[in-house]
Amino acid sequence: MTQIDMPTLFFAAIFTNNILLTNFLGLCPYIAISKNINSAAGLGVAVIFVMTCTAALNHLIYYQVLVPLHLEHFQFIIFIVVIAAFVQVVEMTIDRYFPALYQVLGIFLPLITVNCAILGASLFMIIRDYTLLQSMGYGAGSGTGWLLAITLVGAIREKIQKTGKLPKGLEGPGITLIITGLLSLAFTAFSGLIKIQ
Amino acid sequence: MARTENIAAVFKRGFINENPIMRHVLGICSTLAATNLVANTLVMSAGLVFALSMSCLTVSILRSITPMRIRMMVQTLIIASYVIIVDIIIKAYLPDISEALGPYVGLIITNCIVMGRCEAYARSNPPMPSFLDGLAVGLGYTAVLLIIAIFRESLGFGTIMGYRVMPEGFTTWTVMVMAPGAFFMLGIFVWIVRTYFPQTYEENKGGEKS
Repeated sequence: MTQIDMPTLFFAAIFTNNILLTNFLGLCPYIAISKNINSAAGLGVAVIFVMTCTAALNHLIYYQVLVPLHLEHFQFIIFIVVIAAFVQVVEMTIDRYFPALYQVLGIFLPLITVNCAILGASLFMIIRDYTLLQSMGYGAGSGTGWLLAITLVGAIREKIQKTGKLPKGLEGPGITLIITGLLSLAFTAFSGLIKIQ
Repeated sequence: MARTENIAAVFKRGFINENPIMRHVLGICSTLAATNLVANTLVMSAGLVFALSMSCLTVSILRSITPMRIRMMVQTLIIASYVIIVDIIIKAYLPDISEALGPYVGLIITNCIVMGRCEAYARSNPPMPSFLDGLAVGLGYTAVLLIIAIFRESLGFGTIMGYRVMPEGFTTWTVMVMAPGAFFMLGIFVWIVRTYFPQTYEENKGGEKS
C-alpha cells in the first residue's frame, strides 16, 4: 500500500474509488440536501475540510495513542468523539472569527457529524494501512469526490424540476437514487485506472 | 389483553408505518454496501437490530438522568459501545464475512436510523416499549434489505445464499453486484412503495435531515 504516492491517491479517491458512488457512504445528507445546487456545494466544501482534518487527526491518535496502549477496539468510540469534537470546535471558531463564512457553511456543520462518509474515510484509512500523508490525500480526495457527486446530482435535480414531469412515486428520493445509479455507472468507466484496494 | 395489543401496535408502527427506508429513505448509507450477497445482509442486519434495540433500551433506562444538553453525545457513546460488541463478535465467529463487510460494521454508529429512533422514541418512553420499537424498526429495515439483496444476488450471481436458483444458461447481470445495481434496485423499490402505499410518506414532505 505504501507505494502509492499522495497525489495519485487523491485522484483515485475522487474517480476510481468515489466514496459515494462506489462505497455508498454519505447517502443520507446526499439525498436530503441535493435539491438545490448551492446548498449542495456548500455542504461539499464543509465535508472536504472536515474529512481532511479528521483523517489526519484520527491517524495520529490511532497510531500514537491507541496502538501503543492496545486499545484498537475502541477506535469507533474515539473516532466518532474526535469527529464530533472537531466539528464543534470548527463551528465555534468560524462563528467567532469568520462570520461571513459562517453564514455560508454554518448550517451544514452540525449535519457533518452524522455523515457516515467522514467516519468511513477514517476507517478505510486504518484498514488499508495508510501513512499520515496518504490519509490526508485520501481524506481530501474522498471529500472532493463527494462534492463532485452531490453537485452533479444537485444540478441534474434542479434541471429535472424545471423541465421534466415525473410519476408521483418517483419524485424525490426515487429519482435521486436512479440518477445516482446512472452516475455510478458512468464512474465505473474509471475503474482499473488506479488500483487502491 | 390491552398489553398484547399495545405490543402489536408498537410492532406494526415500527415495521410498516415508520419503516425507515420506505418512509424516510434514511440509514441506507452503510448497509446498502452489504446487499450484494444475502448472507452478508443477514449478518449486517442482525448486527444492526442488536445495536438498535439495545441502544434504545439503554437510552430509555438512562433517560431521566441524562442531561438534556449533552444527550446526543451520550446516545452516540451508547451506540458506539454496542457496535463495538457487534464488531468483536463478528470478527471472532465469522471472520470471512467480517473481511467482506470491512468498515461497514463500524459505520452502524453513524447509521441515521439508530440515532433517529433513540432521539424520536426511546428518549421519552419507558424501557420495554423502546426496546420493542427498536426491534420492530430494525426488523422492518432488515426485511427491505433482504428483498433488495435477494434480487441483487439472484440476478448478479444466479444464486441465493450460495445455492443456484437460476437455470444453467442464465447470463448473470454483473451490474447488479456492482454499486450501480444497488442504487437502481433501491430507487425502483422506493418508486414502487411510494406509488402503491402513498400514505407512508404523506406527512413527510418537509426537509428531513439525516
